[in-house]
Amino acid sequence: MNDMSTEGYVTPDGRKIGGVMMEMKNITLRFGGVKAITDISFDIREGEIRAIIGPNGAGKSSMLNVISGFYVPQEGEVWFRGTKRPQMKPYQVAQQGIARTFQNIALFEGMSVLDNVMTGRLTHMKTGMIAQAIWKGKAEQEEVENREVVEKIIDFLEIQAIRKTPVARLPYGLKKRVELARALAAEPKLLLLDEPMAGMNVEEKEDMSRFILDVNDEFGTTIALIEHDMGVVMDLSDRVVVMDYGKKIGDGTPDEVRNNQAVIDAYLGVAHD
Amino acid sequence: MAQSSQATGGLVSIPALLQRNAQGFGDKPAYREKEYGIWQSWTWKDVQREVDSLALGLINLGVNEGDFIAIIGGNRPHLYWSMVAAQSVGAVPVPLYQDSAAEEMAYVLDHCGARFVIVEDQEQVDKVIEIQDRLHQFQHMIYLDPRGLRKYDHSHLHEFRHVQQQGHAARDEFLPELERRRAKLDMTSTCVMLYTSGTTGKPKGVVLSNRNIIESAQNSSDFDSLGAGEEILAYLPMAWVGDFIFSVGQAYWTGFCVNCPESPETMMTDLREIGPTYYFAPPRVFETQLTNVMIRMEDASRMKKWLFDFFMAHARRVGPDILDGKPVGSFDRLKYKLGELFVYGPLKNTLGFSRVRIGYTAGEAIGPEIFDFYRSLGINLKQLYGQTEATVFITMQPDGEVRSDTVGVPAPGVELKIGDNGEVYYRSPGVFEYYYKNPESTADTKDADGWVATGDAGFIEEGSGHLRIIDRAKDVGKMADGRLFAPKYVENKLKFYPNILEAVVYGNGRERCMAFVNIDLSAVGNWAERNNISYSSYQELAGHPRVLDAVQAHVEEVNRSIAEDPMLSGCQIHRFLILHKELDADDGEMTRTRKVRRRIVEEKYNDLITALYDGSERVSTRTEVTYEDGRKGYISATLEIRDAAVQSGSTQKMAAE
Repeated sequence: MNDMSTEGYVTPDGRKIGGVMMEMKNITLRFGGVKAITDISFDIREGEIRAIIGPNGAGKSSMLNVISGFYVPQEGEVWFRGTKRPQMKPYQVAQQGIARTFQNIALFEGMSVLDNVMTGRLTHMKTGMIAQAIWKGKAEQEEVENREVVEKIIDFLEIQAIRKTPVARLPYGLKKRVELARALAAEPKLLLLDEPMAGMNVEEKEDMSRFILDVNDEFGTTIALIEHDMGVVMDLSDRVVVMDYGKKIGDGTPDEVRNNQAVIDAYLGVAHD
Repeated sequence: MAQSSQATGGLVSIPALLQRNAQGFGDKPAYREKEYGIWQSWTWKDVQREVDSLALGLINLGVNEGDFIAIIGGNRPHLYWSMVAAQSVGAVPVPLYQDSAAEEMAYVLDHCGARFVIVEDQEQVDKVIEIQDRLHQFQHMIYLDPRGLRKYDHSHLHEFRHVQQQGHAARDEFLPELERRRAKLDMTSTCVMLYTSGTTGKPKGVVLSNRNIIESAQNSSDFDSLGAGEEILAYLPMAWVGDFIFSVGQAYWTGFCVNCPESPETMMTDLREIGPTYYFAPPRVFETQLTNVMIRMEDASRMKKWLFDFFMAHARRVGPDILDGKPVGSFDRLKYKLGELFVYGPLKNTLGFSRVRIGYTAGEAIGPEIFDFYRSLGINLKQLYGQTEATVFITMQPDGEVRSDTVGVPAPGVELKIGDNGEVYYRSPGVFEYYYKNPESTADTKDADGWVATGDAGFIEEGSGHLRIIDRAKDVGKMADGRLFAPKYVENKLKFYPNILEAVVYGNGRERCMAFVNIDLSAVGNWAERNNISYSSYQELAGHPRVLDAVQAHVEEVNRSIAEDPMLSGCQIHRFLILHKELDADDGEMTRTRKVRRRIVEEKYNDLITALYDGSERVSTRTEVTYEDGRKGYISATLEIRDAAVQSGSTQKMAAE
């Protein structure tokens, strides 16, 4: 099913997808006796929008947590840009250029949108805590540089009007957008989105889809996303991994996945004659 | 420049004014735009460089003299420069309403035969691509913001900056051509073409010459002694004549600075940051701001609320007189100064009006309460009356003669006369050249002597010489018993209540007047919240019996006030209903400038009008609605019809019933 060459491929809409960026090799993740993920392998390519789908409890979020370094699998290897990832803390993974959003929004509710997005720049700040507290010379200059990056993202996601608004006062759809902004502020190579459209109405979903495509198009960011809305997944992604009960049951382009009998049975429901 | 004109000293076109400004005060800021959270600014010298590069780029792309260049987008400095660049190469800029439906846009673009379209971003690019098959002359599109457009076919699509770069690179080749074209511009050349929003029928292209724009800008700047130090906020649609005269005409004539907000949603914050000295807003904006202030004061602490009420009462009493320079006692003055310190100053700062020297409102009648509120704070808010065909200015209120019920004296250079049917006619240097490709309409509107019919009925007040507008001339009718029917007059009275957003009154040729009402969701919603009334939609709130009670009280109060005027006492409202949906431009019920399209509303809600007149107590109806993205749906509702008490005058036939 996965017959693309290592050189990459060209999508139907003409985007060039590069070589392998991240490779998961035979990942198995256990919580005590429970096997969340069983022997899964797949890859994510440079510039690609890659979706992970599956019914509830299939292990999608666990998979994303493995990629982001939050969970360490008992078996298997994670390869990122040609090197095998050693034991790492999540912040070290973030420093490698992997950023994420959360299924349940995890923003600082009392802080303004701007400050929340600024926290996304943390991995790019070099001055120490004391220098930043005194805020002289280098620290000040660094803040200005980081603010510039953040403002471009605010402009990009069209959230200028809520720049100074405390996050707690925002509606759900906007909070999701702020979370995306914070992830983008890290200027990630790989962006992980955990159900970016959960709980949104049609219009908000359309907006979010456009932003995801624009992020990929404008910054060339590789995106891996988990999503329940099949319409959105099929429209957005270049390739889809399908999981069920912790196992991979399908992998390929949306069309291939759609016509895969195992996927139809497991995920989209079995037709009863 | 070689030519000279007596009145304007050789300044016979907008590009010529730009050259003067770049030489005269080149380092003064001409434009600011908030981007990336910071106000970026361009001096007049910068602007000339930008405009020249773009103009050269346009020649490079093949723009010919006399071409039409459509401009679609929000208030961006680059789009204003596009207009001046178009003029510089002898083309005619045609700014369009960016939120108009594809259908309207297709009509206008095809009608003017634009070969070139300059747009802001992907949204407009998509819109034009969608309709391009219907545009026979369309060739090239230039866009400002490249976001999301990378994958588009670029054979007819160009990025703004690239056009400028190519123009700049080919400077030596095209500069003589640009100078030749610029030198050919004179007072009679077309400055801009603006499509009227069209309360009736298809939009008409109003052609305005350099003379129209420059002389109107000069006269109005002199009238209010506007100088190069003014700051304005450009936030109203660029396709509207007012924005063109303020942000281009007057700005280039006097050299003041035009500030563009970051996005429409941030307009209020940006207004505060800029603190304009010269400000224009339609009554609706002032109304919304006042409603917001009142709502917030309701939630303020008791001390603050008391201070506010105390000093506002004082301001209402003496504020307007102090502003007009009339004698006011020294104790009252002192008290007003205290109020300024505690209430008026901070409030003006919050609203962004701290520095406003001259404020104007126009387009619709403004409620006396609202008008007086701002004036009592010491904001010099005035009214003017104008239209696209007059290059805005027909009448204006001079300082010291400001009232809420008149629209002022004729602007400099304007002659007025009132027709037999009460219609207002004017003649001025600003009178438009003609409607593009529409000689019949031109002849209907403008007679051989240059008098233009405004379409409004009004009269000149004896003594003061101020003009008072009653209504649209075609809407003024007769009741069945021959009394005057002026729906707008009544509607405006209703709309002055914060609870009522829109009203439509019927009664032409009938015995009695009836009304549709739209409630103001933010005002009534706030009231509902404070009174523990839960609602889930506009429709539900609109049908609530207590909302109906409140509106009924307003209607009856209006009836009492109308009854005082013997001429109009027949216009009292006998029955009314609250519409189950807000009148909306997307449904064609209003124009883009939010004026009710009476005839369309009448046709669409014919069943409701029948119910109003046949005496039924409720009526069920189903209405088609159009969503912003063009999809359609239906809403159904059962509406309650209420009877309102009317005052019986001596001529009232109703008393007999």
